[in-house]
Amino acid sequence: MSLAHANNAAKFIANEERTNWHDDTLWFIRSKRDNAAASLPEWEQLREIASTIKAHTLDHLETYLIEFEANATKNGVQIHWANDALEHNAIVLNILNATNIKQMVKSKSMLTEECHLNQYLQANGIQVVDTDLGERIVQLRNEIPSHIVLPAIHLKKQDVSETFHQHLQSQKDNNDPTYLTRVAREHLREHFFASKVALTGVNFAVASTGSIVVCTNEGNADLGVHTADIHIASMGIEKLIPKPEHLSTFLRLLARSATGQPITTYSSHFTKPQAGKQMHVIIVNNKRTEQLAQDDFRSSLKCIRCAACFNTCPVYRRSGGHSYHTAIAGPIGSILSPNIDMKANADLPFASTLCGSCTNVCPVKIDIHNQLWKWRQRIVQEGYDATSKKVAMKGMSVVLANPKWYRLTGKLGRWMIKYFPSLANNPYLNVWAKQRNMPKVPDASFREWYIKNRKKV
Amino acid sequence: MRVQLFIPCYVDQFFPNVAIASLELLEKLGCEVVYPLHQTCCGQPMANTGYAHLASACDSNFAANFNGADYIVCPSGSCTLHIKEHLHVSDTTLQHNIRKHVYELNEFIVDVLGVKKIKATFPHKVGYHASCHGQRGLHLSSMSELMVAAFSKPAMLLQSVEGLSLYYPKRADECCGFGGTFCVTEEAVSVKMGVDRLQEHVANGVTYITGNDMSCLMHLQGIIDRQSLPLQTIHIAEILNKTETLCR
Repeated sequence: MSLAHANNAAKFIANEERTNWHDDTLWFIRSKRDNAAASLPEWEQLREIASTIKAHTLDHLETYLIEFEANATKNGVQIHWANDALEHNAIVLNILNATNIKQMVKSKSMLTEECHLNQYLQANGIQVVDTDLGERIVQLRNEIPSHIVLPAIHLKKQDVSETFHQHLQSQKDNNDPTYLTRVAREHLREHFFASKVALTGVNFAVASTGSIVVCTNEGNADLGVHTADIHIASMGIEKLIPKPEHLSTFLRLLARSATGQPITTYSSHFTKPQAGKQMHVIIVNNKRTEQLAQDDFRSSLKCIRCAACFNTCPVYRRSGGHSYHTAIAGPIGSILSPNIDMKANADLPFASTLCGSCTNVCPVKIDIHNQLWKWRQRIVQEGYDATSKKVAMKGMSVVLANPKWYRLTGKLGRWMIKYFPSLANNPYLNVWAKQRNMPKVPDASFREWYIKNRKKV
Repeated sequence: MRVQLFIPCYVDQFFPNVAIASLELLEKLGCEVVYPLHQTCCGQPMANTGYAHLASACDSNFAANFNGADYIVCPSGSCTLHIKEHLHVSDTTLQHNIRKHVYELNEFIVDVLGVKKIKATFPHKVGYHASCHGQRGLHLSSMSELMVAAFSKPAMLLQSVEGLSLYYPKRADECCGFGGTFCVTEEAVSVKMGVDRLQEHVANGVTYITGNDMSCLMHLQGIIDRQSLPLQTIHIAEILNKTETLCR
């Protein structure tokens, strides 16, 4: 098992000032979420309803997928099915190639990050411009988003200024956020007007109407779609909800959970192509059906990508999104990513203290921390744990199960710490002791005290 | 009332005073307390590291020690939660009975004994550390993420202690970063989390930090000692036991 997360996190923490800033910024968003949630007396009830709707939809997914396809097709939307990332990317490329279009704008879509669409299209001669401000910043820096709602949250305004200066010829060292936003706006407008194809993600797909809903705060999805001739929307199979009346539950929960806003600035409904234009929806599996087939993990597909679990996670806040080395970081990423590639992501379910805060903030009540625990078991059973860990655990399980061995080892341990403190506190032999002292040890165990003081003969 | 005392392995070995305080406190509250002599570890270190399948011998030993107990009481939310959720033995009735009858100390005092006040004296400024497994797992107190009425069984007991003034850190229930084997496999994050918790308690000017899990407190005390911070940790049982008389 790789130690990628732990190593990446250690590097992130080495810059303590930036770590504190990252932690405080995300905690501020968690606090905004708390205030927004507290403003609705029915908050916990809403979570329960949302969870029930999603669980129901997952239980009848094939029915709703077919219903959605039929209704969307009736509306004049072209539906494509992609079983994996490569199929998805090829469908996008084919749509572009059919009209010989070489550039595309894209609003936020974590699915296209998961599929590595940008790299694929660029390798095939297509220019892709991400139009979400944060996404554009990380794209210019050749990085991946570090957060699914706030893609550039690992960066400060000075970093953005430097990036814009380098790529967009903005004034050097002008860190004024208003100035930088205007630079980005001018730059993005050029691409909005020039691109004939706009790709968007999908927040919700409504089975009974065949329409999709895209939520943004910047209006960039709408700008892209309305100036383009072709709208491509990429969605995972889990984005479905049965009926339009279910939307209110999710729209009320989504932005409150994500940023503490009552609702996203733009909640745009797309039902059919405009006259003379095309609308495509690509429905992607990419191993979601495998997750669906596993009782332990299927409820992870309820996720609506609000990132509340990121913002509350004390580990995420102190290790940064890139430490997770996946398209989706944070606690939810750590239970989704092992399903996509267990070996490469075997470290992620261990990047948690299992504190359970993620489960509590989740608007659709995914038991994230329990699934982290279950993924740990799976990863060990599949043999992706480190050999050293396996040996240590095996030894420990034998000693701890045998009362005599346990008592002897405990005594030895205490004796060691007492008489060889320099050994016990040696950071090279004992990772605990790098930044922490060992506990002061007593002469006798509780059991010894008990036998002496309480045991009835 | 007959109580079987379940003492976590590391408390037995490193923090006997916490176990003694728990035993004495339960006795003062009128319980007959028995410590099954051949108990070892609940198996949590293996299970939380992904090796639940290696915990079966620990499970059997635990079940053999606590077979037939009316009440199994433990001064740790984390170990209690582990038994409640993950104890597996072939005799499913036994498994069910043990899971049903295991209680964290504060939970037992408040819910089973019905005690809401403890006549102890501890004239100090005390910071409260809400350990995650007791709080979010056993629901010993309300949680900042959930929009429900606030309550806390351990804090209620602490607030009844004479002279004690209770302080909460700014982020009232953020994890301290111990996390079992996490504390060494993710050493950097673990320590950073602990340091951040401690700074909030230092800012409150408390002399002690208390909580119901020695593992969290051991981690925090390790950092306190290394950084020579002006406070110290103390298990809640040690505070509640600061009394000579019957508590009720």
